[in-house]
Amino acid sequence: MQPIVKLEHAKKSFGDNEVLKDISLTVNKGDVLAIIGPSGGGKSTLLRCLTLLETLDAGDLSYGDLEVTKTDASGKAVYGGKDVLKQARTKFGLVFQNFNLFPHYTVIKNVTDAPINVQKRDKAEALAAGRALLEKMGLAEKEDMVPCELSGGQQQRVAIARALAMNPDVLFFDEPTSALDPELTQDVLKVIRELAAEKMTMVIVTHEMNFARDVADYLIFMDGGVIVEQGRAEDVINNPQQERTRAFLSKYEEE
Amino acid sequence: MLEILFSGFLFTAQIFITTLIGALPLGVIVALCRMSKFKPLALITRGYISIMRGTPLMLQLMAWAYGPYYLFGLSMGADWKFVACSIGFILNYAAYFAEIYRSGIQSIPKGQYEAASVLGYTRAQTFMKIVLPQVIKRILPAMGNEIITLVKDTSLAFVLGIMEMFSQAKALASSQVSMLPYLLAGAIYWVFNLVVEMALVRIEKKLSYYHD
Ligand SMILES: Nc1ncnc2c1ncn2[C@@H]1O[C@H](COP(=O)(O)OP(=O)(O)OP(=O)(O)O)[C@@H](O)[C@H]1O
Ligand SMILES: [Mg+2]
Repeated sequence: MQPIVKLEHAKKSFGDNEVLKDISLTVNKGDVLAIIGPSGGGKSTLLRCLTLLETLDAGDLSYGDLEVTKTDASGKAVYGGKDVLKQARTKFGLVFQNFNLFPHYTVIKNVTDAPINVQKRDKAEALAAGRALLEKMGLAEKEDMVPCELSGGQQQRVAIARALAMNPDVLFFDEPTSALDPELTQDVLKVIRELAAEKMTMVIVTHEMNFARDVADYLIFMDGGVIVEQGRAEDVINNPQQERTRAFLSKYEEE
Repeated sequence: MLEILFSGFLFTAQIFITTLIGALPLGVIVALCRMSKFKPLALITRGYISIMRGTPLMLQLMAWAYGPYYLFGLSMGADWKFVACSIGFILNYAAYFAEIYRSGIQSIPKGQYEAASVLGYTRAQTFMKIVLPQVIKRILPAMGNEIITLVKDTSLAFVLGIMEMFSQAKALASSQVSMLPYLLAGAIYWVFNLVVEMALVRIEKKLSYYHD
């Protein structure tokens, strides 16, 4: 079976700053992959390249059998045309650290506008699907509110519903709880746990080590633009092999 | 006397409405050209905005009205002054509006564009559905100021011999040797602006269902 996401030898620099140095990863259907690592290690940049918010300098990226970019003979990443990128964007969703909900839309419109106007789905069907998702997120009563009337944790769950409403093959999360108060964090983590139990394919950048260990099948520790260590989430967190991983994890244990 | 002033007011209102209908959408297009990544377009637009804002509107109106004759020897017919007046007002106000739109567009966080991109919205959809509605809310106070100025600026049409309210007041005042026409005209401008302000407050209220 084709992996859902396949990235090989990805490189990305901002000026002289080499942020991704030869990153490869594969995500299979139903996998939950956690990415951890110190600040500035390139985690967000990696997700932004995977979600086409940044372009890779080099590397091969494909979603299922859709080839998004391929390295040419000179070593440069060559992206597919508009159609390819458009199709690729139907394959993934992204949940941002600071939600990025549309403030002028109600909760239900945030969740259903793209299904209706981008995917051109039937309005009634999209509305029913949106309501079901909000219900699942514990937000059934909030559909007519606007984001500014919700707590951060509620806003993030709307953002998750908005992403799920597009029926993506894989959902990326960039530190989904970092902007939240600790007591609101748990509501969001609980929702992600439920998605994992339903075998939703997910890639999660997080600083919540216990959560990563519990929910992720695989884990990547990234530092300085390289994958320092990877393996089964439990193994890497409980029994890290690399000195850098150990040093990083020990900081979290102290807390 | 009021009758004559009101007949002038019809022209005043007409200039006001024509300018808004033309300049509000044109200003968006000018703002987008001004921010274009295609440098020559951005530069030309910048020049246009600079000239429109840097020279008197009265002079611009005269240039549109008499330029065709003085420059090219074209005689444009009796109705040309109305067309010239519309062109002059719309192009001038579009430049002011464009700068306001631009500041509004630039104040929208990058995350809004990124969220829209990941959801697959086209660039046009992103602008029309996500960005512009938020921009309108943000720029409403600044737009309100310009629109109130426009009410008063309509009187500049007198230099083209258009009998809007100010011209009528001037004619009445000199024929009757009286301040009264000016006072009445002033009162009508003021009431007009009160109505405009009320409309603006209503729009502001309507958009206050969210804040960001
Ligand atoms: N648009 C950009 N332009 C220039 N440099 C950038 C840009 N985005 C990221 N960087 C740089 O890339 C490096 C990696 O940043 P990135 O945000 O990917 O790290 P991160 O692992 O997500 O960190 P954090 O845990 O703090 O979120 C940093 O040195 C950052 O300054
Ligand atoms: Mg980051």
